[in-house]
Amino acid sequence: MTKLTSNQIEHIAKLAKVDVSKKETGKFQDQLSKVLDYIDELNEVDTENTVPTSQTTGLENIKRSDEIDINNCLSQEDALSGTESTHNNYFKVPAVFEENK
Amino acid sequence: MNLPLTINTLHKDLKEKEYSLVELVDGYLSRIKLLDKDINSFITLSEDYAYFKAKEFDNSLKDLNEKAFEKYPLLGTVVAHKDLFLTKGIRTTASSKVLESYIPSYSATVVKKLEEAGSIIIGKTNCDAWAHGASGENSDFGSTKNPWNKEYVPGGSSSGSAASVASNFCMFSTGTDTGGSIRQPANLTGIVGFKPTYGAVSRYGIIAMASSLDSVGHFTRTVEDSRKVFNVTKGEDLKDSTLKNFVKKDLKKKFRIGLPKEYFIEGIDKEVSEEVRRCAKIFEKEGNEIVEISLPHTKYAISVYYIIQPAEVSSNLSRYDGIRFGNKRTSFGDEAKRRIMLGTYVLSAGYYDAYYLKAMKVRTKIIEDFDKVFKDVDAIIAPVSPTSAFKIGEKANDPLKMYLADIFTVAANIGGIPGIAIPSNFNRKGLPLGFQLIGPRFSEDTLFFLGEKFQEITNYEPKVA
Repeated sequence: MTKLTSNQIEHIAKLAKVDVSKKETGKFQDQLSKVLDYIDELNEVDTENTVPTSQTTGLENIKRSDEIDINNCLSQEDALSGTESTHNNYFKVPAVFEENK
Repeated sequence: MNLPLTINTLHKDLKEKEYSLVELVDGYLSRIKLLDKDINSFITLSEDYAYFKAKEFDNSLKDLNEKAFEKYPLLGTVVAHKDLFLTKGIRTTASSKVLESYIPSYSATVVKKLEEAGSIIIGKTNCDAWAHGASGENSDFGSTKNPWNKEYVPGGSSSGSAASVASNFCMFSTGTDTGGSIRQPANLTGIVGFKPTYGAVSRYGIIAMASSLDSVGHFTRTVEDSRKVFNVTKGEDLKDSTLKNFVKKDLKKKFRIGLPKEYFIEGIDKEVSEEVRRCAKIFEKEGNEIVEISLPHTKYAISVYYIIQPAEVSSNLSRYDGIRFGNKRTSFGDEAKRRIMLGTYVLSAGYYDAYYLKAMKVRTKIIEDFDKVFKDVDAIIAPVSPTSAFKIGEKANDPLKMYLADIFTVAANIGGIPGIAIPSNFNRKGLPLGFQLIGPRFSEDTLFFLGEKFQEITNYEPKVA
């Protein structure tokens, strides 16, 4: 039941950018280890000569002509409609870099 | 006013001028307001928009008379969309706090097509947040109750869509089925739930869960209505590149139907397996042949699914950064966090081969099983959920137990093949029972034909909870 260590949970949470509190770490460690234990049954299956499947349609390289269809475009107003924080018709986002003081 | 239960009845009523569409919308809304506070199938009601469209279609009826039904095959059908379907100007949350106040600036292809065919949007339905779940309990907006008995779950993830049709809050509703999220809740609420072939219906504008598995279907009360809705939603839209147009084939008169022995295993309730066998007998009596088949790798379907699906989930949910719209990632609930972390883990360096690549290979094995079987039979009859509806809270604290609720439905998603859940009975507790029909890719016509036949010979009358 300890397939995943608490360090691993913290590491995965950091990679995935999700918030996991100290208290939650133990819960997720237990729940996810149980799932990983279950899916270990796949090791019984001989897949030595099996090709992996990533999709089921059999379609490849589906393209459309590279033309602008005005009906498929969002106006600037529409594109910004999901946020209240705009500046001069741009998204206002938190700063990534800080100014050197 | 008697709210109609099928599209045929609705159209007959409209032709006889029994009521206007504005009155129909009145009827649904007063029923919803009276009953939905205990069921919680809706997150958002679009009252103003529903009346606006109702007036518009009432005018079309006046102007075009009978011709209106040719122009709008789904004229006046009141629809509830799963809150994963983007609806321009109507809040769309995916039942997650992350998108609590998100109002889309465009509509999903399916939403648009249905509207152009005459349907009226009444609201957006509750579901497990991001479609993660099999009971509706993972919604950030409170769980949906089973309308047949409010102590029980309606199934999930399309919990509100199923409950709203079972309660007659709408004529039909839409859903997504990534591992069983349409067929399982349809089964637990006693209605028809249809999952199309992967690549038959556009996913454009629908919040993605697992992109190689997601299919876009719907809930109705009869198989005939399911077919009518599919006739509108299917087909290429030049937006979703996985779509292929549907080729019509001549239908047989009698069919060979497979009964997979691996689906009648320990852990399945006796009343569920006996009901499926009883229904298989009904098909047999009609001159179809029932043969035992074997799908030996089907027992690995859940394991394959719980690697591929969270891997794709972790990738799809990475876009929700709260920068341009929506709330921050701290708003994700527990189930989304579990799946994001599980997916991140199986894709991470050192584990990719052991988990993700292995799962993709066993996926091939499961598909090969289906290919082999469909050389011999035209369709498969099988249970949908291993039990009838379970009690609220029964599986909520044990994710693995909840994941196993999809044991008979996930294989169809892994194979990209269609399935339809059909209600057939009630158990002693008054909870619905039924079965599913599964067929090869693009065999929808066969499934609809068999399903319609079943409802015809059993004199099926839709029931409202």
